[in-house]
Amino acid sequence: MLRIPCPWCGPREEIEFHCGGQAHIARPCDPAALTAAEWADYLFMRDNPKGVFAERWVHSAGCRRWFNVRRHTVTHEIVAVYRIGEQPPPDGAS
Amino acid sequence: MSQPHRLAGGGRIDRSRTLGFTFNGRRYEGHPGDTLASALLANGVRMVARSFRYHRPRGVLAAGVEEPNALVQLGTGARTVPNLKATEIELFDGLVATSVNVFPSLRFDAGAVLGALSRFMPAGFYYKTFFGSLTLWNRLFEPLIRHAGGWGRAPTAPDPDFYDRMHAHCDVLVVGGGASGILAACTAAAGGARVIVADENDAFGGSLRQRRLQFDGAPADDWLRARLAELAALENVRLLPRTAVTGYFDGNYTIGLERRGHEGTASSNACPRQRLWHIRARHVVLATGAHERPIVFANNDRPGIMLAGAVQAYVNHYAVLPGRRAVFFVNNDRAYESALDCLDAGCEIAAIVDTRRDPDGALVRAARSRGLEILAGHAVHDSAGRRQLRAVSVAPLAGASLDTRRTCTIACDLLAVSGGFSPAVHLFSQSQGTLTYDAQLACFRPARSRQPQHAVGRSNATFTLHEALAEARRAGAAAAAECGMEAAAPPPLPAVNETAAAPPEACWRVPAAGHARHEYIDLQNDNSTADIRVAVQEGFESVEHMKRYTLTGFGTDQGKVSNINGLAILAAEVGRPIADVGTTTFRPPYTPVTFAAMGGRDRGALFDAARLTAMHDQHVQLNAVFEDVGQWRRPWYYPRRGECMETAVLRECAAVRERVGMLDASTLGKIDIQGPDAAEFLNRIYTNAWSKLAVGRVRYGAMCREDGMVFDDGTTARLDEERYLMTTTTGGAAAVLDHLEEYLQTEWPELRVRLTSVTEQWSTVAIAGPRARDVLRRLAPELDLSPQAFPFLCWRDARVADLPARVFRISFTGELQYEINVPWQYGASLWDAIVQAGADFDITPYGTETMHVLRAEKGFIIVGQETDGTQTPQDLGLGWLVNESKDFIGRRSFSRDDMLRDDRLQLVGLLPDDADDFVPEGSQLVERDSPATPPVAMLGHVTSSYRSAALGRRFCLALLKRGRARHGDSIDAALPDRRVPLTICEPLFYDADNRRRDG
Repeated sequence: MLRIPCPWCGPREEIEFHCGGQAHIARPCDPAALTAAEWADYLFMRDNPKGVFAERWVHSAGCRRWFNVRRHTVTHEIVAVYRIGEQPPPDGAS
Repeated sequence: MSQPHRLAGGGRIDRSRTLGFTFNGRRYEGHPGDTLASALLANGVRMVARSFRYHRPRGVLAAGVEEPNALVQLGTGARTVPNLKATEIELFDGLVATSVNVFPSLRFDAGAVLGALSRFMPAGFYYKTFFGSLTLWNRLFEPLIRHAGGWGRAPTAPDPDFYDRMHAHCDVLVVGGGASGILAACTAAAGGARVIVADENDAFGGSLRQRRLQFDGAPADDWLRARLAELAALENVRLLPRTAVTGYFDGNYTIGLERRGHEGTASSNACPRQRLWHIRARHVVLATGAHERPIVFANNDRPGIMLAGAVQAYVNHYAVLPGRRAVFFVNNDRAYESALDCLDAGCEIAAIVDTRRDPDGALVRAARSRGLEILAGHAVHDSAGRRQLRAVSVAPLAGASLDTRRTCTIACDLLAVSGGFSPAVHLFSQSQGTLTYDAQLACFRPARSRQPQHAVGRSNATFTLHEALAEARRAGAAAAAECGMEAAAPPPLPAVNETAAAPPEACWRVPAAGHARHEYIDLQNDNSTADIRVAVQEGFESVEHMKRYTLTGFGTDQGKVSNINGLAILAAEVGRPIADVGTTTFRPPYTPVTFAAMGGRDRGALFDAARLTAMHDQHVQLNAVFEDVGQWRRPWYYPRRGECMETAVLRECAAVRERVGMLDASTLGKIDIQGPDAAEFLNRIYTNAWSKLAVGRVRYGAMCREDGMVFDDGTTARLDEERYLMTTTTGGAAAVLDHLEEYLQTEWPELRVRLTSVTEQWSTVAIAGPRARDVLRRLAPELDLSPQAFPFLCWRDARVADLPARVFRISFTGELQYEINVPWQYGASLWDAIVQAGADFDITPYGTETMHVLRAEKGFIIVGQETDGTQTPQDLGLGWLVNESKDFIGRRSFSRDDMLRDDRLQLVGLLPDDADDFVPEGSQLVERDSPATPPVAMLGHVTSSYRSAALGRRFCLALLKRGRARHGDSIDAALPDRRVPLTICEPLFYDADNRRRDG
C-alpha cells in the first residue's frame, strides 16, 4: 500500500487515489492530421519500464486534483510528485 | 487417571481450574493456559489427524504457528471453523473439536487405503491423470480424491459473530513480543516514540516461554513481567497480544489479525471475535524469532515424532511430558537443552543421536555429565509404530552415506528432532528485503532491507540471547532516532545465563536408500524426497517450479518447517549450492486470515452505502419492488395485489401510453457546468455541436472515449450564456464527472470551466403520457404549457405545487413528458402533490422496468445495456449525432480501419415469429436453420427483450453483424435447448413519426 504525497493535500493512503497511467502523453492538437498508426500509438501504446516511471494520479477521495508521480515500478518508491503543468524535478532518472 | 502426561509442578498453566473439552467425541480435561495441542498431549492423545494425500496417522509436531499436522475442526454449527492448528487454539471450557480429513473416524480411516496407493500417486499425479485420460479422471480419480481430499468443512450458516477493522499509525511497530521485541519496544518507547507491540501468542515472552533461563540471577519471567509493566504504564505504547502480523506491504503498511474472543465467549459490537489491524508504521522492528527444522528420514511422520524445541515448550510452558522414553535426533547443541529439561522433568532419555562426528559444546558436555548416551556421528533413518511411535532405527554415518548394516533399533515413544533453525524471515521478505544463505549457520538470513526496518534476534539469525538483546536495544534506539525522538537512557541489558551453543552442522536428509517415498518433507501435503526427484526428472529444477509441481509449502502452514528442507534437498538433487537454488517468494499472509475479519463490519446492510431518493418512503408505501442501480435503490415496479412482475409492468406501460404515469428520476446524474468556455468544452466532450444551443433549450448528446466508443449519453440544458446542466445515466454519473475533470485538468487547463455534481441537489419526477399536460396544468397554473410556448426540448423555470422548480420537456418514453426538478428536500412534497393532482387522471407510478420497456419501444438505447464499451455512435444508429465539422473526444477513431469494417455489430430490432416467444437477453444470434455442429457463426446477441403492452407482443433490441442492411431477414436466437425464429427490423416499434410527444 503506497502512501502518496498529494501535492495539494499531503501524504494520504493509496485507497484515496486512482492511477491514470503514463504521464506526459499529450493529446494531439490535430488528431485528424495523424496517420492511423500514429493515432493508434497515442491511443494504445504505453511504456512499461522497470524503474522510475512518470504516472498520472488523481486524488479521487480528496481534492480531486490530477497530478504527476514519479514512482519506481520495482520498489514502489515514490521519487517525486509534481503538479500538472510543472516540469518534473531532476532526479537523474529517465 | 486424567491427564496422565501432565507434570505435577511447573509450567504456566493454572492448575486451580479445570476445563472440560471434547475431541473426536471423547471428553478430556485441561487447564487455563493450555492449547488444545498441549491438553491432548497431557491426556496421552498422540494421533490427532491424518495427512492430506495418503491419510497417514499424524501427531503434534510443533508448539506454535508452524504446526503442519494437528489440524482440527473447531466448534459446531454456524460458529465452526475448519483447519485450525491445535497448537494455536487456546483451551476453553466446553471446547469441541474434531480431526479433519478422516472418514469415518480418525482410528479407522477408509482413506488410508490411499497410503497404500502412494507409489501410484507421485508428484504431478493430478496433472498427468487429468491430461492422460479424461474418462478415468472423471469417473474414478476425481470422485475418489474429492471425497478423500479437502480438509475441514466450511460452516453452511452465516457467521453470527462480530468482526472489526482497526486503523493505527505509530512510530515504531515491533512484531514479536519475545525478549528481543520487548527490549526493542522498551528502548524505543523510552525515547518517546509511539510504539505498538504485536505478538501472535496469548502472552508475550516468545522463546522465553519454552526455556528455563535466568536474567540477572532471577527467572526470566520476572524480567519479562517488569518490562511489560513498564510498557503497559506508558501512554505511547499499545500492546497487542494474540495479534499475528500476517502481511507487510509497501510503505511499512502491515496487517495483523487479533483474536479477541473464542467460541466460548459471545462476541458483540463492543467485543468482536476478531479484529484486523491495519498499521502504518514509520519504522518496523521485526523480532519474529525462528522456526526449528526437522531432519528428513524415512517414516519421519509418525505421531510421537516432534521438534525438540516444541518438546521443550510442552515440558516447560505447558507442564506436559509428551513421552515417557525419548530419543533425541539433532545436528546442533541447542537441542541438548531440551533433552536436559526433559530429563529434569522425569523423562527417560534413551539416547541423543547427533549427526555430528565430534560434538563437544558446553551443552553436550553437560548432557554427557548427566549420564546421557550420545551417539555421535549417527542418524535416525527409520521409525516403527502404527498409530504411535514405538521405535527408531539408528545407524552410523560414514561420510555422505549411512552404514545400515550396523543399524540398531531403540524403543521409544518420543523422538525429538532438531535440524537447526530457520529465521522467520517471512515478513522481512514480504517487505522486499533480500536474503542471503549463511552456510555456517545453515540458514537464510536477512541481507538488505528495502523499507525502514530492523530485523533483530533470531529472525536476524542472531541466535545467542545476549547478542540478540543488545541488537534489539540498538534497533529500538535507532528506530526512535529515525522518528526524530531524542535518545533516552535505554534499559539495561540483563545478564543471561544462557549456555553457549556451537553452530549446527547442516543435515537436511538422512542419506538412506529405498524409502524416499516415505521421507516426508512437507508433512501437510505428504511431499517426499521421491516427489522432488520426480520434479527434477521432469525438468522442474527451479525452486519455484519444484514448489508448484510438488505442492511443497502449499498448505495452511505454508511450509514453515518444510520449505528450507525442500529446497536443500532440491539443491542436492540438482547438484547446486543452496544459495544458488534460493527460496521461493514469501507472500502474505504469514498465517491465515478469515474472510470475516477482512470484511469487518462491511457486510449485510453495511456492505455498501445505499443511496435513497427524497421520495423513498413514498415508494415503500406504494409497495415498490426495488432494484439496485449503482448504489441507488430505484423502484423497479409497483405490484398491486395479486400482480406478478409481468402483469404489473404491462399495467404500468399501458397507463403511460393511454393516460399518464409518474417516475422518480432523481437518480440521474446531474453536473452543473459553468464558465466562459463551457460551450467549447461541451463541443469537445460530446459528438454533436453545442455552441448554437439557445438559452432555454435542451439537447440530447452522446459522449465517447478517445477510442470512439460510446461512454455515456443524456440531455444537457443551457441555463445561461455560460452555464449548462448536464444529465448523465444513473450508473455513469461519477465516471462522467471524472472523465470531464480529467480532460479539463490534464488536457485543456486553459479552458475556463468549472464542474459541480448536483445530482443530490435536485429531486426529479417525470410525468409522462397523453394527460401529462393536464396534470401539470393543475400544479403550475401560471406556466403556459401550450406546445408553442413550451415546445419539446425546452426547459422553463416555474412554481410547481408552490415549489420552486425547473421543468424540462424531454421524453424517454416517446410520450408527452415533463421532468420537474425541485430542490432535493422538496422531493416528497412534489411526489405527493403530483399523486394528488393526477388522481382524476388515474396517474400511475411506474418503475425502471416500465421505463425500459417504453424506451425500447422507441429504440432508445441504454448505455451499458445496448452497449458494452465496443459500440460507436454509428453502430447504435446515432450517426446523426456526430458532427464531423469539429474535433471532439473519439472523433479520430471513427476513421480507424476497424471502425470502417462493414461487418460491425449494429443495433437492430427483432420480432419473434411467435409473438409470445421469449428470448432471454444475452441470447446468441445465428443464421436461420444453420447447422448446430460447431463452429457455428455467432452473429450478435440480444441486448433487450420485453413484452410490449402497446404492441401486444414480445420484441427485442439486438446487436447484429451488418444489422442495418438486414431488415426483413429471418434469423434464429440459439437457446440451450432450442432455436427461436425471429425477424430483423428497424429498432423502432412505436410512434415512428413522433406524433405523441406533443400530447
